[in-house]
Amino acid sequence: MTKIGSGRLDPHQGPTGTFTPKQQHEVAAGPVFIGAAPRRGFSMGNYIKLIALGLITLFAAIAANWGRDAAYIVHAVIIMVVAGFMFLRVLRATDNPVKAVATDGYIDDVIRAGVIATGFWGVVGFLVGVIIAFQLAFPQLNFEFLQPYGNFGRLRPLHTSAVIFAFGGNALIMSSFYIVQRTCGARLWGGASLSWFVFWGYQLFIVLAATGYLLGSTQSKEYAEPEWYVDIWLTVVWLAFLAVYLGTIFKRTEKHIYVANWFLLSFIITVAMLHLINNISIPVSIWGSKSVQIFSGVQDAMTQWWYGHNAVGFFLTAGFLGMMYYFVPKQAGRPVYSYKLSIIHFWALIFLYIWAGPHHLHYTALPDWASTLGMVFSIILWMPSWGGMINGLMTLQGAWDKLRTDPIIRMMVISLAFYGMSTFEGPMMSIRAVNSLSHYTDWTIGHVHSGALGWNGMITFSALYFLTPKLWGRASMYSMSAINWHFWLATIGIILYAASMWVTGIMEGLMWREVDANGFLVNSFADTVSAKFPMYVVRGLGGVLYLTGALIMTWNMWMTIRGGAKQKALVGIPAE
Amino acid sequence: METYTFLRQLADSWVLLAMTLFFVGVVAWAFRPGSRAMHDEIAQTPFRNEDKPMDANAPSKSKELQS
Repeated sequence: MTKIGSGRLDPHQGPTGTFTPKQQHEVAAGPVFIGAAPRRGFSMGNYIKLIALGLITLFAAIAANWGRDAAYIVHAVIIMVVAGFMFLRVLRATDNPVKAVATDGYIDDVIRAGVIATGFWGVVGFLVGVIIAFQLAFPQLNFEFLQPYGNFGRLRPLHTSAVIFAFGGNALIMSSFYIVQRTCGARLWGGASLSWFVFWGYQLFIVLAATGYLLGSTQSKEYAEPEWYVDIWLTVVWLAFLAVYLGTIFKRTEKHIYVANWFLLSFIITVAMLHLINNISIPVSIWGSKSVQIFSGVQDAMTQWWYGHNAVGFFLTAGFLGMMYYFVPKQAGRPVYSYKLSIIHFWALIFLYIWAGPHHLHYTALPDWASTLGMVFSIILWMPSWGGMINGLMTLQGAWDKLRTDPIIRMMVISLAFYGMSTFEGPMMSIRAVNSLSHYTDWTIGHVHSGALGWNGMITFSALYFLTPKLWGRASMYSMSAINWHFWLATIGIILYAASMWVTGIMEGLMWREVDANGFLVNSFADTVSAKFPMYVVRGLGGVLYLTGALIMTWNMWMTIRGGAKQKALVGIPAE
Repeated sequence: METYTFLRQLADSWVLLAMTLFFVGVVAWAFRPGSRAMHDEIAQTPFRNEDKPMDANAPSKSKELQS
C-alpha cells in the first residue's frame, strides 16, 4: 500500500519545505499513486494487524495477572499498554481514506527520531555511569531506601546496556539508515512504516531491558543480560532491520556497494548470529522471566565470550567503522585515503575478530589451545585495526588545516586516535602474561572506556554534529564554540578516566600478587579497595566532565533543531 | 571419531587452509590490474545522491516533488 503526501517534507525536498497548491493537485492525481481511483483504505493487512495486536494485548493482560515475578509482570503491563495503543491506532485508521505520502525521496523522519534518541540515551547512559562510578568511590550512595533497585549491581548493567545498546545502537541504526540510502542512491526498502517499526521496536527493547535490570531480571551474561522474551523481541526487530538494510542494498542504483555498507551489513548479520546463539535458553515458565541456558560450564563461558568479544568487534567496531568510512570523508570533503586498504581492512577484520573471544578466558577451564588461539588472533588483529585508523586519518591528507578550523573534524581525529590506542592496548592485554596482571583489575575497565568513550562516543558525537544541521535544514550547528567545549570536556574526561584506571588497575594487580618471604599474600582484598579510593574519585570526575560535554551537545542540538539565530564563531578563521 | 576431535582437526587443517586462501584471494583481487579506476570511482560514492535517490528516468512530476 503506497501512500502519498502526509506529514512534513524533508527539508531537502524543497526550498520552502511545503507543497505549492499546484503540486498538491498533482500529487492528488499524479502517477505516484498506487491504486487507480481514490478509494476507501480497505486493506487486509490492517485486519491481520488488528487480530495480532488484539491477541498480544489479551495475552499480555493474562500474563500480567499470572506472572511469577515483578519484572515479568511489569513487562507484561508495558507490552499490554503498547499493544493496546497500537491496536487503537490501527483501528482508528483502518477505514480512513489512504493519505498521500511522497514515495520518491529519502526516508529521513525516522533518522531525525534516531538522532534525538541517540542524544537522549547518551545522556541517560552517561548519567547512570557517573552515579555508579561514585557508588564505587562512596558505597554509602547505595542508599538503603533505594534497595534493591538502586544497588550498584542492578545499575551497572543498566549503564552498560544504556551506553552500548541504547546510545550506540540508536547511533548505528540511524546512521545505517542515513548512509545506506545516500550510498545506494535508493529509498529505504519497506517504506517508512518498516523503518519506524525498527526504531520503535528497538526503543521498546531498551525499555524492557532497562526496567528488567532494575527489577532483578537477568540471565547473568555480560552484555546479554535481558531474559528470553526480551531476546525474542530483539530478534524480531533485528531481522526487520536486516530486511530494511539488505532490501535497500538490493535495490540500489549505484553500481557498487560502498565500503561503509560492507561494515554496517557485517555488523547487522554478525550481531544477529551472536545474539541467537548466545541466548539459547529454555524458559522455566511461560509466565515468568527466568530461563536456563542450554550450554553449561566452559561451553557456556566460551559461547558468552565469543558473543561478548564480537559484540565489541562487530557492534562497537565494525558498525562504527561503517560510520567512520562515511562521515569522515563527508566532513573532510574528500574521498577515503585508500579504497584498496579499506577492502583489506574489512576482510582482515572480519576474518580475525571472530576468533579473538577466548582471550577473555585465560587461566580458566578453557583448553590451552583455545586461549592461545584467541591470543594469537587478537595480536594479529592489531594490523587491520591500525590499517583502518591510518586510512581514516590519512583521509585528511591535504586537508589538515581543517583540524584547526573545524571542531567536528577534530572530534573525528581524536576518535580515530583513541581507536588506534585501544586497539593497541587490547591485543597487548590479550597476551597471557600481561593478562595475568591485568585481568579482573580496573585496567580492563579503563581499556574498555578509552575505546567506548574515545572511539565510539567521539565518532558518534561528530556524526550527530554532522547530521543535525543536515536533517533539519540548517547551515551549521547552532554554536561552534559549544562543540569546542564539548571536545575539550570529553577529551579531558577520557584522559582522567583512562589514566586513573591504569594506575589503579596495575596497582591492584601488583597488590594481589605480592607475596612475602614465606610465600604468603601480603594484601587482603580490602587493602586494595581502600588503596583505590583516590583513583575512583578521579574516575568519577572524568565521568562528570564527559557527561557535561554531552549535556552541552544536547543543548546545542536542541537549539539547532529549534532553528535559533545562527552563530558562526571560530569556523573558517585559521590560526595565525 | 568423536565429534569434538573431528571438528577440531577439520578446523585447523582444511578449513584453515580454505579461509586463508579465500583471504589471500580477496587481497589479490583488490590489487588486480585495472582496479584503481574502479576503486577511485567507488570512493566518490558518498559525494553523490546526497539529497535524493538517483533516478535517471523519473517522470518530471516526481522530480518536481523533490526539488
